Amino acid sequence: MRRYSLRGIVLGYLLIILAGPLLMMLWRTAQDLGGAWAAISAHDTLRAFELTLIVTAIAVPLNTAFGVACALVVVRSNIRGKGLINAFVDLPLALSPVVVGLSLVLLYGAGGWLGFLGDHGVQVLFAWPAIILATVFVSLPFVAREVVPTLREVGDEQEQAARTLGASGWQTFWRVTLPTIRWAVIYGVILTTARCFGEFGAVAIVSGNIEGKTQTATLRVDDAYQFAYGHYAGAYGISLVLAVMSIVVLFTMMLARPKEGTL
Amino acid sequence: MIVGLPIAALTWSARGDGLPAFWQTVSSAEAVSAIKLSLAMAALAAFTNAVLGTVTAWVLVRDDFAGKSAINAILDLPFALPTIVVGLVLLALYGIQTPLHVEAGSVHFTANVAFTRWAIYLALLFVTLPFVTRTVQPVLHELDREMEEAAASLGAGDLAVFRRIVFPNILPGILSGLTMAFARAVGEVGSVVLITGNLPFKTELASVFVLQRANSDPHGAAAVSVVLLAISFTVLLVIGALRRFATRHGNA
Repeated sequence: MRRYSLRGIVLGYLLIILAGPLLMMLWRTAQDLGGAWAAISAHDTLRAFELTLIVTAIAVPLNTAFGVACALVVVRSNIRGKGLINAFVDLPLALSPVVVGLSLVLLYGAGGWLGFLGDHGVQVLFAWPAIILATVFVSLPFVAREVVPTLREVGDEQEQAARTLGASGWQTFWRVTLPTIRWAVIYGVILTTARCFGEFGAVAIVSGNIEGKTQTATLRVDDAYQFAYGHYAGAYGISLVLAVMSIVVLFTMMLARPKEGTL
Repeated sequence: MIVGLPIAALTWSARGDGLPAFWQTVSSAEAVSAIKLSLAMAALAAFTNAVLGTVTAWVLVRDDFAGKSAINAILDLPFALPTIVVGLVLLALYGIQTPLHVEAGSVHFTANVAFTRWAIYLALLFVTLPFVTRTVQPVLHELDREMEEAAASLGAGDLAVFRRIVFPNILPGILSGLTMAFARAVGEVGSVVLITGNLPFKTELASVFVLQRANSDPHGAAAVSVVLLAISFTVLLVIGALRRFATRHGNA
């Protein structure tokens, strides 16, 4: 009896918070497919999705390389300040994206420490460099956080064995370390991707939100809703495309997960 | 370089006009009210999800029913869904066009919560949904059933078994999930920016306060940001302490 009531509570809660609203958005979009399609296929929307994909394609490889390197330093090396690196890598997880955005504005804006870049014709703020910097910042921790526990768990015996057999540092990394941690890396990459294309707060502050130029997909949704004047189908439609993207990410995650145990 | 420098610039800029100016902005009635509201709503949402997230973890590990793996999968959706989409998703059901609307005689009920604090609560519940479940689930999975069976055979009731044996074991997991959820909720922007209406003293959150002023009044925004930054550091310290505690007591 208790078991059924607990199950009921969980299912009911998920229905109210998660499933109900999602189904309702589907229904609303379906009611005005024409309006939704017009918004999705508008030139500026397509440009916004293009920008989001480009930014994601740049930020994900950067953070993957950085995340793996960072995990190796934190787990395998014994340099000073390791704890500090660890704390800094975790910071973006606990920090509001608006704080990230504002920090970039203060650093690269007029009067900021790197504000002189703007005087020399290098436009950072309200252009793609700032969007990329903000996205890299907020999605920084995911790969490192997935790889660190795996590296700890497998230990370094195999790597030592490789080294005694004469493998160089690079060879050991490519032939021994990377194959061992690959599922953790893949899982981290998937999480990073989801975070990159979904970023809103930081990008909203630094991008300038210029339609067709510095407007990302999430900013486009915000605009479509704010200027909907009662016709929300457009905003719902664009949201739906983003939702489908995240559901694809989720499925990939599910496929990656069972293999985690086998390493 | 990517993380440290911007944060340093932020802190520097916040004190750029001198400490009194910083203090004046932070202690202005509107900023105080926004920070207080952020902390209160985040605590409320994190606590709710600590309780219901633990129940969810329990059901997912110990119960068995058709569609369980589907539930397990969609539970990660709040991690994957862009936050601005979360806002719209919630507006579809709990916004002005809500179908959950009853007007019969003296009964007035509407699920339209847009521009109220209920909307903030809902949005924060959505985005922090998986945290506690995901930290408790593995611990519950590893937990030795024999301990519980032994206690039950010695005459302990279900509730006593949970309180005395299961709960102490999963507590570190609950607490670290709760702390992460709290941090996430305090900083949340995308899901609340559309649904709250950002009414000063009523539904204005610290994060939206910063968002609105970032480009018009960067120093004011920086002052409130430094408070948010301090909260983030505190959360990280708490999580670090919890992790050390859990490792020392053998159930990391």
